Amino acid sequence: MIKRILLIGNPNVGKSVIFSRLTGVQVISSNYPGTTVGITRGYFKIGEENIEVVDLPGTYSFEPTSTAEEVAVSLLKESSQDETVVIDIIDATNLERNLFLTLELIEQGYPVIACLNMCDDTEHRGIHLDTRKLEELLGIPVIPTCAVTGVGIKFLLERLIEAKPRPKKPLSHEMRWQEIGRIIQEVQQLTHRHHTLRELLEDISVRPLSGLLMSIVVVYTCFKAVRFFGESLINKIFDPVFTDLYLPFLDKLSSFLGKAGFLHHLVIGELINGKIDFRQSMGVLTTAPYIEFAMVLPYVISFYFMLSLLEDIGYLPRLAILLDNVLHRLGLHGYAIIPVLLGFGCNVPGILSTRVLESKRERFIASTLISIGVPCVPLQAMIFGLLGAFGGFYVAGVYLVLFSLLIIIGAVLNFTMHGYSPEFLLEIPPYRFPPLLLLCKKLYFRIKGFLMEAVPIVLMGVLAINILLYFKLFDFVTGLAAPVVKGLFGLPREAVVALVLGFFRKDVAVGMLMPLGLNAKQLFIAATLLAISFPCIATFVVLWKELGVKDLIKATLIMIIVSIIVGTLLNCCILT
Amino acid sequence: MKKLSLIKLKKNTKARVLEISGGGNLQHKMMSMGIYPGKEITKVSHFALRGPVTVKVGRSLIALGHSMAAKILLEKES
Repeated sequence: MIKRILLIGNPNVGKSVIFSRLTGVQVISSNYPGTTVGITRGYFKIGEENIEVVDLPGTYSFEPTSTAEEVAVSLLKESSQDETVVIDIIDATNLERNLFLTLELIEQGYPVIACLNMCDDTEHRGIHLDTRKLEELLGIPVIPTCAVTGVGIKFLLERLIEAKPRPKKPLSHEMRWQEIGRIIQEVQQLTHRHHTLRELLEDISVRPLSGLLMSIVVVYTCFKAVRFFGESLINKIFDPVFTDLYLPFLDKLSSFLGKAGFLHHLVIGELINGKIDFRQSMGVLTTAPYIEFAMVLPYVISFYFMLSLLEDIGYLPRLAILLDNVLHRLGLHGYAIIPVLLGFGCNVPGILSTRVLESKRERFIASTLISIGVPCVPLQAMIFGLLGAFGGFYVAGVYLVLFSLLIIIGAVLNFTMHGYSPEFLLEIPPYRFPPLLLLCKKLYFRIKGFLMEAVPIVLMGVLAINILLYFKLFDFVTGLAAPVVKGLFGLPREAVVALVLGFFRKDVAVGMLMPLGLNAKQLFIAATLLAISFPCIATFVVLWKELGVKDLIKATLIMIIVSIIVGTLLNCCILT
Repeated sequence: MKKLSLIKLKKNTKARVLEISGGGNLQHKMMSMGIYPGKEITKVSHFALRGPVTVKVGRSLIALGHSMAAKILLEKES
């Protein structure tokens, strides 16, 4: 009886897309190796039977070379063979390389069924496959599919029961490749055709000079696009909704509560010149939702739209090649750019995806750098919103400081830490253009994730702060931290509250600075400190889980020391 | 027949893999990605200052770090 289905395959063959198709559970899938770094489980029904489906990180063989691959192989090894069916997902456009794992699976005696994915992409690449012949030669069912459109999934399910163990004598690696060579000769025919524009673009992106030019164009365009979409959403949709539709309701509520008192302080906050000010009132129903929805959410949408687009097209691994050299100086290799880019969205998935890196040393360096020098989108949105008012010069300044820190801390860690970092070995996927619907689904999934995580913390956080401020319970903490904050960083003592709140959420923390009437220099210092100092609680927990207590403490110490040095230096060196 | 490392191979030329002179771990990693003795590969590009090398192997494009590329010995018809 089948109880469990494992989805196994090389990296970047579409396991996660198949998983979503089978279970209806949305998972993030992208066009680069190593999107999935952990195990996701889902269920679907055949008749009355509930069957578990497990999505695993991709692996090239049974001998894992990274943490993500280890996860896949160990789960495969511990599964009971009578109740488990293995669906081996194969990239039809790259049959030869994929068959290595397929043969290994068959030899080991797993009940395997092969899913020949991306079949829609073969013909116009000049690849002709004889599926029947392949089935015959492998001795297992082979089903052509196209997971992004759903073609073939039904047949895949119908033939699940045909998966039977057919153990063979294990071959040596060389023998296995010879065997694969024979199979390929019989089932695959290639026809020559002219180079397409897509191939030309693929080619120029991996050559030094043209690749560099292309990366500058791509990165600049994306940055501009994120700014443009974000600003447009704020000015055309979110801000008008708040001021025109929501504000009249709040005005009534404010009058109803008598414009003052404890409850008014909590819900509406302070009136500025007798009116509600979304940026300064600091109430649970005023500033808190305004920060999350009208200042941060628009940027979250536009950032993830552009990131998802780049991910799905398959541009990111090309960026990794270009940056390999630079990142080597920081004790990392090119592929670390993927965790870093994800970290710009939110540090949590960024740190999780450091699992694509091979060594513990690399993972420590990458995680520390992300939590110090990579500000998440909510924080960046607030920095743009607040500091942008004083001129782009200050915003650029924050990025410049963070970028310099990445380079300096990376180089120092690389120099002082034991061991060396492994080399880069990465498959570069072809460009793909997935349906817009799939892109939108992924965007929706990420935005939903953001809202579910952020909104409760923001509302609760502002509520708690308001209560503490009302009863003046913060005075003790502010008094304690005032010498550092005021003396070294040149910030007013009220800014302590914001810096403490930064531990919960960075966006609201910057928001707390709004009513303080800081000048450009103070705001610049405070925003930079919020970016580099302590990570928010979600990041903290992930660091703990991924690195262990010892490394967490090490990373935290680095952060505190760096914050104090940078805050003091900035305060001393900038003239107002 | 001329022996040379992947570093020395000119770009846009083909050669056959002779041996991978690294540890077993590296050999295995390469092997599972389709780079093994006897396989024909084409060098696509090489980045300056000991940067990575990209090669075409079968239908896949693979990028490898400089010192990894140095460990791949090739033979080329001269």
